[in-house]
Amino acid sequence: MKVVSEIDNINSRIRKDRVFLGLVVLFSVITVSPIILIISKLIEKGYKQLSFGFLIEKTPDTMQAMAAIANNELIPGGIVNGILGTVLMVVLASVFAIPVGIITGVYLYENQEKWMANLTRSISDILQGVPSIVLGLISYLWVVKHVTNGFSAMAGSFALGIMMLPMIVRSTEETLKMIPQTLKEAGLALGIPYWRVLFGILIPTGFSGLMTGILLAVSRVIGETAPLMLTALGSSVINTNIAKPTSAIPLLIWEFYNDPNMVDMIWSSSLLLMIIVLAFNLTAKQVAANRK
Amino acid sequence: MNTNILQVKDPILSIENLSVAYDKNVAVKDVSVGIKKNNVTAIMGPSGCGKSTLLRALNRLHELYENIHTTGTVTLNGEDIFKMSPIKLRRKTGMVFQRPNPFPTMSIYDNVIAGYKLNGISQKKQERDEIVERSLRDVALWDEVKDSLTKKGTFLSGGQQQRLCIARALAFNPEIILLDEPTSALDPVATSKIEDLLITLKETYTIIMVTHNMSQAARISDYSLFMYLGELVEYGKTKNMFTNPQDRRTEEYLTGKFG
Ligand SMILES: Nc1ncnc2c1ncn2[C@@H]1O[C@H](COP(=O)(O)OP(=O)(O)O)[C@@H](O)[C@H]1O
Ligand SMILES: [Mg+2]
Repeated sequence: MKVVSEIDNINSRIRKDRVFLGLVVLFSVITVSPIILIISKLIEKGYKQLSFGFLIEKTPDTMQAMAAIANNELIPGGIVNGILGTVLMVVLASVFAIPVGIITGVYLYENQEKWMANLTRSISDILQGVPSIVLGLISYLWVVKHVTNGFSAMAGSFALGIMMLPMIVRSTEETLKMIPQTLKEAGLALGIPYWRVLFGILIPTGFSGLMTGILLAVSRVIGETAPLMLTALGSSVINTNIAKPTSAIPLLIWEFYNDPNMVDMIWSSSLLLMIIVLAFNLTAKQVAANRK
Repeated sequence: MNTNILQVKDPILSIENLSVAYDKNVAVKDVSVGIKKNNVTAIMGPSGCGKSTLLRALNRLHELYENIHTTGTVTLNGEDIFKMSPIKLRRKTGMVFQRPNPFPTMSIYDNVIAGYKLNGISQKKQERDEIVERSLRDVALWDEVKDSLTKKGTFLSGGQQQRLCIARALAFNPEIILLDEPTSALDPVATSKIEDLLITLKETYTIIMVTHNMSQAARISDYSLFMYLGELVEYGKTKNMFTNPQDRRTEEYLTGKFG
């Protein structure tokens, strides 16, 4: 009697296990399917357009696109103006955000509980939550209206840089906190001045942590569109002047969306943007993994 | 005057009325003691009695933390250490920590020369090579690592890492070496290597070592301080202290009644 009931018990446990496993698989599929659907759709619709020329030619005008479609040909040209604009603005944003973010992170790490540090940390956290369009608006008010007197790459970079800042501040502070205190003490005990201990010992030791933060911050802002609409505006030519309007990959996607002749370009541009963002993300993961 | 405290003539390091507090919690209370040159002086006492706190006052490491307050005077060769620049003081006092802590991103070579390189002292390669070789020979590590100087210091065994850290502290030719339980994370073989090393190093350097291992103090130290609850209870020749302790608390500690 007792044996039978125990077998019953085991059977019901096995059943419960199976149900649970089924649910886990189901939810995993629900979680990963959007990304798979997105990528497969992008590849399906975008690969035709994606060629070497796509990377080195400027955007065609709408008449060229219309003619190509009428003849059943691929739309000529590419998005090099957008690629270079994105590179220009992200590099400029990084040149501003990386040093400021790292120095602020070091300050927070060294002054854990001081009120100034607590205030800075809170402001940085709030900044992280500010919608990107609002940052675009602020950059418009400050940079577009008063510094470059017109839409410009600099204004776009400013908005992107502000977005990157809190992420870099956070990752710097967290990375430094994980470095054993005795490494810093050992450096100082050798009579090495603090700033040399920082740049010669602490930052190299935490390098992969800092790098991970930076790569994630970059991958986060590369796809930003809204703040660039209010600041960089866009351009159909290659622009290297930071005081002039500049294109960017996400801005082009938005422009293509608004032009019925350019629909095919949306997919290839999005595919390229997705590849770039994924590359940054995977590199960040790799760097973080190498740390262990 | 406390008669259990040996008075040392011409000490290299003279500590007077030194007190150290963490916020309001006084961890070292009014310690006065003179340290003899070219000897090994052990700081003994039960855990939490203030040994590390005393040691870390001697290279002003406490100044990194705002909640630590130090009073009293310490002179090194007659010069007030609190009036020196901390950088100058720390080059005259090497420090070795409880756990080996080579700089993880640096090679063995760079670890030894770190004090020079990171101080921005420019040298010829040959000069650096000489310093690295001399320091590694001093800690009997040269023969073990001379073919792998470019490998990371963290690849070495624990005992080798600790000897590397001693070499790093010796590279600047300090007057004094401060060691805080340098063998507590090591196995007995590595421990005895370091003990032998310290005995030879005292010919060139003055060594102050915290240990909570009484037999270690007995084996290698010439003089011993016994601390209890932040106070210096007894100071004298190690031999005398072990055979004929003056204070009841020293005796109880040495006979294993507490600690
Ligand atoms: N960073 C610190 N903050 C506050 N109190 C501390 C700190 N370090 C040590 N103490 C206290 O100071 C006393 C002496 O500690 P320490 O010098 O580390 O003892 P020992 O090295 O002899 O074990 C202990 O009571 C300890 O709790
Ligand atoms: Mg201690």
